[in-house]
Amino acid sequence: MESTRRDFLAAAAGAAGAAAAGDLNAHADDSGHTHEHEHQAVPSDMALRVKSLESLLVEKGLVDRAALDALVDTYENKVGPRNGAQVVARAWADPAYKQRLLTDADKALGELGFGGQQGEHMVVVENTPTVHNMIVCTLCSCYPWPVLGLPPVWYKSAPYRSRSVIDPRGVLREFGLELADNVEVRVWDSTAELRYLVLPERPAGTEGLSEAELAPLVTRDSLIGVANVQPRRQGGAA
Amino acid sequence: MNGVHDMGGMQDMGPVREEKNEPVFHHPWEGRVFATYIATGAWRKWNIDAARYMRELIPPADYLRMSYYEKWYAGLVELLVGRGLVARAEVESGKPAPGSSKATPPLTAEQVPTARHRGASTSRDVAVAARFKTGQAVRARVINPVGHTRLPRYARGKLGAIHLDHGVFVFPDTNALFQGEKPQHVYSVRFAARELWGDAAKPQDAVYIDLWEDYLEPA
Repeated sequence: MESTRRDFLAAAAGAAGAAAAGDLNAHADDSGHTHEHEHQAVPSDMALRVKSLESLLVEKGLVDRAALDALVDTYENKVGPRNGAQVVARAWADPAYKQRLLTDADKALGELGFGGQQGEHMVVVENTPTVHNMIVCTLCSCYPWPVLGLPPVWYKSAPYRSRSVIDPRGVLREFGLELADNVEVRVWDSTAELRYLVLPERPAGTEGLSEAELAPLVTRDSLIGVANVQPRRQGGAA
Repeated sequence: MNGVHDMGGMQDMGPVREEKNEPVFHHPWEGRVFATYIATGAWRKWNIDAARYMRELIPPADYLRMSYYEKWYAGLVELLVGRGLVARAEVESGKPAPGSSKATPPLTAEQVPTARHRGASTSRDVAVAARFKTGQAVRARVINPVGHTRLPRYARGKLGAIHLDHGVFVFPDTNALFQGEKPQHVYSVRFAARELWGDAAKPQDAVYIDLWEDYLEPA
């Protein structure tokens, strides 16, 4: 590939011109509202630039709009942490399944219909009273899409990517999880094409619950390893 | 490349901020960038390593400033132009060049579920001997390639042990540059936190990193 940093600088210069034009046509920006998230330094013309690229690619026959709609719908509505929660609930309820999950995750996840893009090769790591696992991708944003959907902004952010390997206990504390001194912390940096899922500990007091009752207790954050599963879900969807 | 994307171990990036009830996409255009990247990937004009490399080439100050999907947009444009699917002038005008041919057929909505379930494995079923065994002491090599690499800086020169052998996978350093797949074993390597960060770390803590054989040497 011929691309260089110089190309990016040239493209950025072009974007600056487009941004000025975008200001004149601000009413056409369908992003709709101001940016309340300080991590989202989005120029006002992004919606226009993306729309322009999409039109070009449709006209050139390179993408089909209906396929783009289907992809957005898939990751907004069909694939998400509920999948991972279902896996964990099954593992808690069925010791034989749990064993398969820990020894051949691809096969065990396949039993529930989960696999494919960005989850082609999965590893499931188990939390115990003395071992706590957490997942990161320090180099980019690798994340197990089939079981967790697309990653939240904090997972892709510089603070999480930089600090989770050097100060995992400090990061966990910010999530409200204080680990005992004797616990072993294992951080899994997703540098290759393996994707990780944490099997959290089953909370005390859930012995009588069925698989269907267990699944809603399992949060996304517990599947990344930045939280433990609480006996009863405490509000919020995180 | 020792770029700013290689963030492991950096400090002073601020606290991790979790957004309650976060949407999958914060703006409609983010979803369109994501979907366009996936849909154009179906033409198989590039691979995941090349896509990552394009984002890594974003100048460092921009990389830190831009939102996630802005980086994806920038990387996607470079892939589309660099691999000849569109011309840069077309991206700037938003119109196909006069007389340019129309590609067919693109990924259809009906193919989306199948393509997702199939995925795009970079594992290769080829007989390549493994140089290292489970439990063996290894050292991450001290290398500073100027292209794409998946050996993070914080691990280079550090002593670890083979936790397990994941099998044979495409090598990102060459694949990102379309210089061949060079399939080789990938290992999960356990590095003690103290080896990486010194005595302030707890003695039992560890970081596990998936590393290609070319990144490792016997210790």
